[in-house]
Amino acid sequence: MKIPWRALTMVLALLVIWVAFAALTDGTFMTPRNLSLLARQMAVTSILAVAMVLVIVAGQIDLSVGALAGLAGAVAAVTFTNKGWPLGAAFLAALALGMLLGAIQGALVAYVRIPPFIVTLGGMLIFQGTLLGVTGGVSTSPPRVFLFVGQSYLPRGLGWALAVIVGTALLLQAARSDTAGRVRSVLLAGLAFAFTGVLNAYEGIPLPVLLVLVLAAALWLLAAHTPAGRHLYAIGGNREAAFYSGIAIERRVVQVFTLMGLFSAIAGIVLTARVGSATSDAGRMMELDAIAAAVIGGTSLLGGQGTVWGALLGALVMASLDNGMSLLNTEAFWQPILKGAILVVAVGADIATRRR
Amino acid sequence: MLLELRHVTKDFPGVRALDGVSLDLNQGEVLALCGENGAGKSTLIKVLAGYWPHGSYGGEIAIEGKGVRFRNLRDAEEHGIALIAQELALVPGLSIAENLLLGREPVGRGGLVDWERSFAEARRGLALVGLDVDPKRPVRELGVGQQQMVEIARALLKDARILILDEPTAALTEADTARLLSLLRDLRSRGVSSIYISHRLDEVFSLADRITVLRDGRSVGTGATSEMSRERVIALMVGREVKDLYPRPDTTPGKVALRVEDWCVEDPVNPGRFVVKNVSFEVREGEVLGVAGLLGAGRTALVSSLFGASLSPVRGRLALGDGPLRGPFTTPAEAIAAGCALVSEDRKRYGLVLEADLRENLTLATLARYVKRLLLLDHPAREKASDELSAALRIRSPGLKTQAGQLSGGNQQKVVLGKWLLTNPRVLFLDEPTRGIDVGARAEVYELIAGLARKGLAVVLVSSDLPEVLGLAHRVLVLSLGNRTGLLDWNEATPERVMEAATAATKAEARA
Repeated sequence: MKIPWRALTMVLALLVIWVAFAALTDGTFMTPRNLSLLARQMAVTSILAVAMVLVIVAGQIDLSVGALAGLAGAVAAVTFTNKGWPLGAAFLAALALGMLLGAIQGALVAYVRIPPFIVTLGGMLIFQGTLLGVTGGVSTSPPRVFLFVGQSYLPRGLGWALAVIVGTALLLQAARSDTAGRVRSVLLAGLAFAFTGVLNAYEGIPLPVLLVLVLAAALWLLAAHTPAGRHLYAIGGNREAAFYSGIAIERRVVQVFTLMGLFSAIAGIVLTARVGSATSDAGRMMELDAIAAAVIGGTSLLGGQGTVWGALLGALVMASLDNGMSLLNTEAFWQPILKGAILVVAVGADIATRRR
Repeated sequence: MLLELRHVTKDFPGVRALDGVSLDLNQGEVLALCGENGAGKSTLIKVLAGYWPHGSYGGEIAIEGKGVRFRNLRDAEEHGIALIAQELALVPGLSIAENLLLGREPVGRGGLVDWERSFAEARRGLALVGLDVDPKRPVRELGVGQQQMVEIARALLKDARILILDEPTAALTEADTARLLSLLRDLRSRGVSSIYISHRLDEVFSLADRITVLRDGRSVGTGATSEMSRERVIALMVGREVKDLYPRPDTTPGKVALRVEDWCVEDPVNPGRFVVKNVSFEVREGEVLGVAGLLGAGRTALVSSLFGASLSPVRGRLALGDGPLRGPFTTPAEAIAAGCALVSEDRKRYGLVLEADLRENLTLATLARYVKRLLLLDHPAREKASDELSAALRIRSPGLKTQAGQLSGGNQQKVVLGKWLLTNPRVLFLDEPTRGIDVGARAEVYELIAGLARKGLAVVLVSSDLPEVLGLAHRVLVLSLGNRTGLLDWNEATPERVMEAATAATKAEARA
């Protein structure tokens, strides 16, 4: 039986962080109220991180996702609030913009062969500037109906119903798999119920959190079980081999950047809805949080390695640090310092253990 | 006739790589393609495999009498031609099954990969090459030989009728090589044809039905293997008879240049075990000391530790010239300062900056010497030194601005040698200096080594090529599992005696 040591180590590290914060905050950290807050806090970074995994797996990088999220969120808010577009149209416009800008960047990388670091660094600056122009430097606060994406909760009954469906599906799968798969399925089913229980003890499963889980599951299917996803791993793992196998590398690169653009736009809408307004510096630095989450979650910057669930775990680690330090009233400057240190230590430990 | 090439010509800017090459291949036949580096073999197979599309070359390709025009690799594959490239084209992180079906994954419901069918198809492919491994395992867990089998299985799954193998055994052990050759014979009996490219003439003669020799982009001879001899093939390859391949320098060794006492090197993987055990020897000025032994005898560990480049702990004493006995060097910088130089086993990894030009590479180890006032580099002086060296070593290149990576293996090796000669070493360690180099360039490297010894350099030559060691060295140090099991003068060093010493410790261990 193969034991996923990597994943176990990460979960263990997360538990250590949680226990430490729980002890330091006299249990406040582990209350349903705070865990619900934590889940909502990590939503935007998670949406960016799960797609970033695929970009990095394909041997690419995207530095523009934070700025693009800010821009797309603002476009949705401005078209809906100031131009009076229907909500659906405003959202679709934002999503289409994200995909278009992602596709353009991908094409520049794939066909013009400009390094992705440069293309997306340029993109980041351009999107930041455009965002400033679109918002005019003032923040736009969309009305309540816009905010449901970021601030509403699933009714408790519906939450339990979902947990039962997911749990049953997992247990049915357990019946058909080997020992390792059985252990995993049963643990995951337990996790689904615990998750629902904790969040229902507060207000219910937050809509953005459900969205994260659905999107992550979709990307996992794409990454692990479709030819397109496997091709991304092949391209990042051995470009020559992918080429000699007849994989259309350029097209896949454009596709993965388009996907990243789409997810940036989704993240942007959720961000605007959660915060309640579109501002001119929305999304700033979020690309780095997304990359850090993916890397802490086991994605190799050299390409060819990484998982969607790992990135989610990585995002949870980062969000836990932010949240816990806020609870402790640590001065704000400590947060980036500790996050930076954790990033370097996590990757260092991974490399050290992999070497032996 | 399964495959015919007629008057294939391919030009690159400034060079004609192929000049009217014709060849043919029958069903169920192995055709060996021989030639020096740069003779046009790689270009030829790239034309055949569709890498260079129709229109980018002149001439015709026909399969079963019908003209074909490949636009890309896929077109060639559809006609049953599969290229097994020199660098393995596998993705290490993906499973064997995924690698076997990369680019044509079976898709089931909802556009998802049908894993059941993938694994079944993969098992069928592995059975075709007689490889018994779980297709779910990642390719990185396989040895090089097994990875090669996976590549061949992949080609067979695409119904390949013609396999093109480019130096398939370059990185294989002897056992894996034997397995590969027997697989190719087996495939031949099942009607699969192969075009086999190799520098190793033993393999060519044991496997091929016919041999075609290329030189300077032309086909200079084709014949049934039974009608060819090694000498004839070599003569065709280099365009002249190679008589004295091994010029043993006729020097009388002078003073002791390097003395080594009780040298021990720990095993980097298993601390507490040793890969070199209490080895003592000395090398004199003007002497070539050969170091022979089987794989794992500790030859590379010995020379790299003497050069201060060992990754694991080293014990023992050494003395250079008249100097006092001292402990091991801890860094290559110390060894270089003391007058040592090492041409390592893997020149692409340790010897060259492939992207840098010749001048950069040649003066890399001696940059400090070219610093002028204001800490700037004296480029004209570097240029001049590189120029002289390049002429002395007969490095063939379009100019000093050429990137090292674009040179042939033999010329790359000369650049590495040149870099070290600029440091004026007293002791030169050579680790597999002719690996992957063709016969003609090899003769030049031997000539260089002999010339250096004549100038009074002490040379320590590690090589797996026994004839090379026996032909060049004044004395041969034989290692067996890290022990010194022989030190033979050249006139008493026969292949049999060396092999006997090389297996001495293995036998002792087997008895114990």
